[in-house]
Amino acid sequence: MSAPLSLVRVSASYGSRKALADVSASFPAGKVVGLVGPNGAGKTTLLRAALGFVPPSAGVVEVLGLPRAHWSREALARTIAYLPQGAEAHWPVAARRLVALGRLPHGAPLRSLNASDISAVDEALSRCDATAFAARRMDELSAGERARVLLARALATQAPVLLADEPAAHLDPAHQLHLMELLREEAGRGAAIVVTMHDLTLAARFCDGLIVLKDGRAIASGEAQTVLSDAVLAEAFGVAALQLSAGGAQTLPVIPWRRL
Amino acid sequence: MTSQSSRTASGAPIGWVLAALAIGLAVVSFSIGPVHLDPGTLMGGLFSSHGAASIIAREIRLPRALLGLFVGGALGASGAALQGLFRNPLAEPGVTGVTSSAGLGAILAFYFGFTAMSPWLLPAFAITGALGAAAILYLLSRAGAGVTALVLAGVAIASFATALTALALSLASNPYAMSEMVHWMLGSLKDATLNDVAFAAPLVTVGVALLLTTARGLDALILGEEAAQSLGVDLQSVRRRVVLGVALATGAATAAAGAVSFVGLVVPHLLRRFYGYEPALLIWPSALGGAALVTAADIGIRLASPDEKLLLGVVTALLGAPFFIWLILRLRTEP
Repeated sequence: MSAPLSLVRVSASYGSRKALADVSASFPAGKVVGLVGPNGAGKTTLLRAALGFVPPSAGVVEVLGLPRAHWSREALARTIAYLPQGAEAHWPVAARRLVALGRLPHGAPLRSLNASDISAVDEALSRCDATAFAARRMDELSAGERARVLLARALATQAPVLLADEPAAHLDPAHQLHLMELLREEAGRGAAIVVTMHDLTLAARFCDGLIVLKDGRAIASGEAQTVLSDAVLAEAFGVAALQLSAGGAQTLPVIPWRRL
Repeated sequence: MTSQSSRTASGAPIGWVLAALAIGLAVVSFSIGPVHLDPGTLMGGLFSSHGAASIIAREIRLPRALLGLFVGGALGASGAALQGLFRNPLAEPGVTGVTSSAGLGAILAFYFGFTAMSPWLLPAFAITGALGAAAILYLLSRAGAGVTALVLAGVAIASFATALTALALSLASNPYAMSEMVHWMLGSLKDATLNDVAFAAPLVTVGVALLLTTARGLDALILGEEAAQSLGVDLQSVRRRVVLGVALATGAATAAAGAVSFVGLVVPHLLRRFYGYEPALLIWPSALGGAALVTAADIGIRLASPDEKLLLGVVTALLGAPFFIWLILRLRTEP
């Protein structure tokens, strides 16, 4: 069976600036694929192209094997859930009400959620360990709690594809680990997860595959543990990394590894 | 589950209370006036077509009471919808210059003789004026402008409309130009006629109905524009419907009663403590609350100054402007 989401030689531009150049990628069910690359490399643009917010100037986006253009707005909203970068609640509504917005693609007018909506909301909240504060207002929660509620909102849609744009940014180490664990669990249930991130340690640890973007091109892709070679890191980020596995390291950097 | 049902359960009775309040106040408004008539005579006048009681009941009291409901409903619903669209409690037809632009349109129709051709040209011009201001807001919102830009643009639009209003009135060389200008700039229900109600009622109803269709989209906007789009919301359509609905409702209300500011600011704010912050839950209650507030203010004015030296627009601005500043200060101190 084909991947739930794939890009075939997709290019996209903002005006005259080319943001995505001839990128092909496939996001299989049950896997977490990380998009890494320096600022402005095209990570967010790739997600926006997949959603149709930026129309591709060339190439085609396929959702469940069907070109994106053939999808209705509503059907696409039920198939791809999107957690934008720096997502916030613009009104201080209760966490639970916010998560219920994830049911909008299923046609739920918010005041009369049906039984399946309610169970989807409950389940999303419990998967994100957010049930305990579901009744509290968003402005009363900590940043880590808000991030989990926003993820629960995306999960409540029960879409087979989830695109998350830097969901772990600005979180403390424990919350970062927690969020990545939640994405892994979703993949374990069969969803195709696409996540952009800057923390390469987290990316290598939690993703099944990585795509390295630079200037709108995919310069490397493959197994998360092997793709971040010295050569790729140098080309994409212009940095040399301390390779712990290379041995002989005198001082170990502090790498967040486990949530207590 | 619990918060879901309790919100609905607590919200519904408040809706009935608001509706009862608005209707009750309209009855009070109908029953008071410079000529003292007992309820029996008034009701008799309403259902007969002869005598002084009939003229007072049908042509003075009834239009005033009804128009108060429709003007307040239009302004309350418009405020709630604009706040939802801009995701900010400071948006409102008056603050954003929509009302003064509608007033400009009404004056152009009035003083250049268009109203003689068809009574519908007065609201048509006012709605066109409101639409012009709302279109600027639409472009600003599409460009992702923040609320500071929005409020500043509102100041500019309002000043521009006021200047053109003054220019139009001097060109019209009407000896009563200045006092007429005050009437349009600071609205009043005192000269309401059945004709005003005849055009305002359907246009306000259509406008508010259009605003109600945006409820789902405005709720999705809590998550931001791209997340709302990813949930299947047609954002362009939501923006257009809000702009058109606000222009229809506020334009028609202003054509009938002149510019009444700050109702759309105060009412949704007061109702949030009962309904929470979701825009969708606030539109309909804000229409009812606006109707009640404008009717109550109009009653208060008549009780406080029976000679009607105090205009409705003066009272709402005197109370609304300090409230606006207080709201800005409060938003500043919030984290």
